[in-house]
Amino acid sequence: MRTSTNGHRQGPGRSSYPARYSAAGLLRRGLASQPWPPAWQPQPMKGSYDVVIVGGGVHGLAAAYYLAVNHGITDVAVLDKGYIGSGGSGRNTAILRSNYLTPEGVRFYDRSVKLYQRLATDLDYNVMFSQRGHMTLAHSDASLRTMRWRAEVNKVEGVDSEVIGPAEIKRLAPFLDVSPAVRYPILGALWHPPGGIIRHDAVVWGYARGAAAHGVHIHQNTEVTGIDVAGGRVRGVTTSQGPIATPVVLNATAGWSTLISDMAGVAMPVMTYPLQAAVTEPVKPFLSTVIVSGTLHVYISQTDRGELVFGASVDPFTSYSMRGSLEFIEGLAGHVLELMPALTKVRLLRQWAGLCDMTPDFSPIMGHTPVDGFLVDVGWGTYGFKAGPVSGEAMAQCIASGKPPEIIAPFGLDRFGAGVLVGEKGAAAVGH
Amino acid sequence: MILLPCAWCGPRDAAEFAHIGEVSARPGPDEVTPGQWRDYLYMRANPCGWTRETWYHRQGCRRFITVERHTETNEVRSVSAAGAVRAGEPPA
Repeated sequence: MRTSTNGHRQGPGRSSYPARYSAAGLLRRGLASQPWPPAWQPQPMKGSYDVVIVGGGVHGLAAAYYLAVNHGITDVAVLDKGYIGSGGSGRNTAILRSNYLTPEGVRFYDRSVKLYQRLATDLDYNVMFSQRGHMTLAHSDASLRTMRWRAEVNKVEGVDSEVIGPAEIKRLAPFLDVSPAVRYPILGALWHPPGGIIRHDAVVWGYARGAAAHGVHIHQNTEVTGIDVAGGRVRGVTTSQGPIATPVVLNATAGWSTLISDMAGVAMPVMTYPLQAAVTEPVKPFLSTVIVSGTLHVYISQTDRGELVFGASVDPFTSYSMRGSLEFIEGLAGHVLELMPALTKVRLLRQWAGLCDMTPDFSPIMGHTPVDGFLVDVGWGTYGFKAGPVSGEAMAQCIASGKPPEIIAPFGLDRFGAGVLVGEKGAAAVGH
Repeated sequence: MILLPCAWCGPRDAAEFAHIGEVSARPGPDEVTPGQWRDYLYMRANPCGWTRETWYHRQGCRRFITVERHTETNEVRSVSAAGAVRAGEPPA
């Protein structure tokens, strides 16, 4: 496979979009009062596919898209027990960045940011990627030291990151309280200009439309109830809509990754935690960067509509429950006001929770498993959305070539048995 | 958040506790292979349903308890003393 560094998709592919999106098309259809055709059409389910992908989120749909576009494998089904993007892909806070701690992590997420930069062109879909800059605040000498370390690793890998002081922080985000007379004074920050936010639903829909245009079947409301394994090989899956014969199953779920892997008899080092987020009423634009504080367990960004999106760390105990808690909102509001006291009168609109599959080393699990034909792209913890494109691209290559590409080689399931972990807790535990 | 009935203190806010994790059998470090030891360290059942787990009442009686909890509804079915265990070492 050809490799490129500009993030553009690598094959010509033959797409058949119901309608291409363009400014001229918008004007023409607007003037003619012509409705748009649906972005993609559901297809009847077949009895067998070359590849079945479990999970219709950004990871599963991106894998299907790159299988079709980069490798010409189009006999692919993507199954979701709800609607596409109803899991983690629609519940995250849509922050993208690549300022990680380990060289493996930085290279991987940098590739993802590069793919996101070209995604709107590749998919013919406006994903509204705004590279507004990402700022991680340091409230202690220890976190400032880690940030210097991260900045140096980033620079070596060619990623734009630097440590800045309170004066520069105040210039970039005037509403932040940088005075020393607070409980957690801001001592500095890791400033990462390529980071930003994106519209996560558009990413899901763009990939779904792109994959469907290349012949991929997307089956919503189709729950996988079992995986047939015989002689150490995958034979097919059983679903709520009937059985499907297939030699390759990719588990691309978040939250339910243990349950799907259990169906194939593969043990997982995963614990599922809820993570809560909240959004305020819209206010005038005042915040042009993404603000993250690991110490205060909060990250803040302002959407194009003006709403402030807040997220936090995972809940303190494992659960599959997606209910919000008052305790979370109280803590979150206190921490946000510690950073931006001017927000006292802003009202919260709603809160929600998503499920995060946490691994022991805060890195994902990607690639083959002891069961032939059963692959995983799971364990995405709190950082799965930002890795969607690169994971899809890498998993597609893994399926097409039969071996994991170098970029995901460190993330294999066998690393736990071998004791070779990729410790990303310092850069992934809270920061988003 | 949820109420967790401590075996000694009665129902308390779960925020008072530290969630230690699933109860699993700890193999003897002298007898196991490195692979078995790493399975014990890292692999988790992580069920969506009833699970037996250890909690530590750090802001209360500072004792360990074994709780049967449903991970989807957070309903608690039974609570018992975890016995003499240290942090991170749930009983076999």
